[in-house]
Amino acid sequence: MSYFIVLTLTGVAAGMIYAALALALVLIWRATRVVNFAQGALAMTTTYVALAVITATGNYWLGFVGALAAGFLLGALAERFLVRWVESGPQLNPVILTLGLLLVLEAVVPMIWGAQIRAFPAPFSISATQFGTTYIALSPFNMFTIAVVLAVMVGLLVLFRYTGLGLSMRAAAFSPAIARLLGVRVGRLLTFGWGLASVAGALAGLLVAPTLLLSPNNMDAILVYGFTAAVLGGLDSPVGALVGGLSIGLALSYIGGYLGPDLETIGALVILIVVLMIRPHGLFVHAAERRV
Amino acid sequence: MSRSGRGLAGALRLPRSTLLRNALLGILLGGAAGVALWFIDSFNPFLVYELSGVTYLAIAAAGLTVLTGLNGQISLGHGALMGIGAYSTALFLKNYADLNPGLVIAGSMLVTIVGSFAVGAAAARLRGPYLAGATLGLAVGLPGVAVRFSSVFGGDAGLSVPAVTPPDAFSTVPQELWFAWVGIVPAVLTFVLLANLVRTRYGRDFRAIREDEVASALYGIRVARTQILAFVLSGACAGVAGSLMAYTSNIAAPGSFPLTLSLELLAVIVIGGLGSLAGAIWGAVVIVFAPDWIGSLNDSFHLPGTIRNELPLALFGTVFIVAMLVFPYGIQGGLIRLWRLRSRLRSRGQSEATSSGAEA
Repeated sequence: MSYFIVLTLTGVAAGMIYAALALALVLIWRATRVVNFAQGALAMTTTYVALAVITATGNYWLGFVGALAAGFLLGALAERFLVRWVESGPQLNPVILTLGLLLVLEAVVPMIWGAQIRAFPAPFSISATQFGTTYIALSPFNMFTIAVVLAVMVGLLVLFRYTGLGLSMRAAAFSPAIARLLGVRVGRLLTFGWGLASVAGALAGLLVAPTLLLSPNNMDAILVYGFTAAVLGGLDSPVGALVGGLSIGLALSYIGGYLGPDLETIGALVILIVVLMIRPHGLFVHAAERRV
Repeated sequence: MSRSGRGLAGALRLPRSTLLRNALLGILLGGAAGVALWFIDSFNPFLVYELSGVTYLAIAAAGLTVLTGLNGQISLGHGALMGIGAYSTALFLKNYADLNPGLVIAGSMLVTIVGSFAVGAAAARLRGPYLAGATLGLAVGLPGVAVRFSSVFGGDAGLSVPAVTPPDAFSTVPQELWFAWVGIVPAVLTFVLLANLVRTRYGRDFRAIREDEVASALYGIRVARTQILAFVLSGACAGVAGSLMAYTSNIAAPGSFPLTLSLELLAVIVIGGLGSLAGAIWGAVVIVFAPDWIGSLNDSFHLPGTIRNELPLALFGTVFIVAMLVFPYGIQGGLIRLWRLRSRLRSRGQSEATSSGAEA
């Protein structure tokens, strides 16, 4: 029983990380109807940036902020200079384009920083928390993970619901032509949206690296988990991304704990396929679907 | 293959029957390749080894061509399907060491067919990015299965595969040459069969579904069934390719089937032109020899080792991006248009550029 509780707690913490990556995918899907397969590679790249900054300055938080800034920059650049040109073409083109970006990033990063696996620091301890004589499987870093992802979620919610910028972004995503007629700078907002999404991705990269270690393809599996979580939540809903992330985190934690950690990715695949079979548009999407 | 075959067929007065013509061409080209390999082996055995790599990558890419180029289903998981073929081969040989290579390859193909039927049945319900994501999961996840059940699959180290020994009559033939020869047979078979298939009813159904699913369904094509057929067919190719890969590299290990292998296969068909079987061959040549070319380039630039090792991957990624940016309305159309323009410039009037083989 206690093992089950341990798995549940670590599953929640991992699920928050998958939720952050799922959120990045969802934000981009909402804005541009593109699944960004380079999201994981982008997060890997920004985590290397963070490591470089931390090594240079000795300050974790400078690296943390640096990674988020790099994420914003990379995401915005990718949208403005690459994805912009394939958004209107066949559905397969953005898929192949973002896969190309994945390959380039996974090749360029080891060119700069080497291909060996590296340790990545955590701002708080990653071992179990002790309260008096009882241990809780949730480490301080896990708690930090949960708090920071929740904070980002709330921040985005506020941005989209209660600010003029958020309203314009929703308008640009919902109906670009009409939004443009009403004076919304649609292109600029799409670029901004990709930047914002990549910040969420970069956060996932930073949070997963202390336990997963850092290597040029360490985010491949996380991308699959994030995608599964996003699909579970309907690909269209940020709240769905959170619930999907938590569900996947828990499911994979149980699979890893009871069946073996090597089966986690294939487990995610099975979940993904079962979900797509039963509810092709996800569990949390509104009935009024919008397909493009 | 069938496209260039048409031009050639006209020049050589080959039979009009597609099957006969393709079979004859296949045997001729296969034989020529065999002689060429024998010649090459006399001065560069390593080149023969690399050409074996071209053989199996071309087979797998031909399958992916049918699936992605013809049928419009993207798969990022064909590297994993090759893994199924390779592990089947290793397990067959582990239990029956003296099994005939032909039987082993056919058996591995059957196992992969079963696997790809399961994947294809799920894939037939998925579209575009969903399908890409699911097959991505296959590529990333399947090697983990081999690690988990290490008592069967040998864990991270994998299973060793004994090399094919030439029969007594050919005992003077070096091993790698013999195996390159063995690889030609399934390659010729694959290409001849696929070149035929794309010109049959099934080939037309594949293309019809790619262009418009609803219209195809209205026309009486069973969409899901045909999509599964395309997946199984390309899975069979991947299985043969994986089996040959295991024989060539003498090992079946999880590390041999990373995500990048699946993406390399996609790169083969993007480079070779989505939908062109002949393109699968020269795309495979590019993929296998790109590291060598980059290596020889490097001799004059003296780049550090890490940069040199990663350059091919960066190159393939750039190819993806550039192909999509230069042909925003489909590489399919763009490349074929470019190809037609080129062949028109090259051989004015010699061969009609409207051959359906190019679209095939």
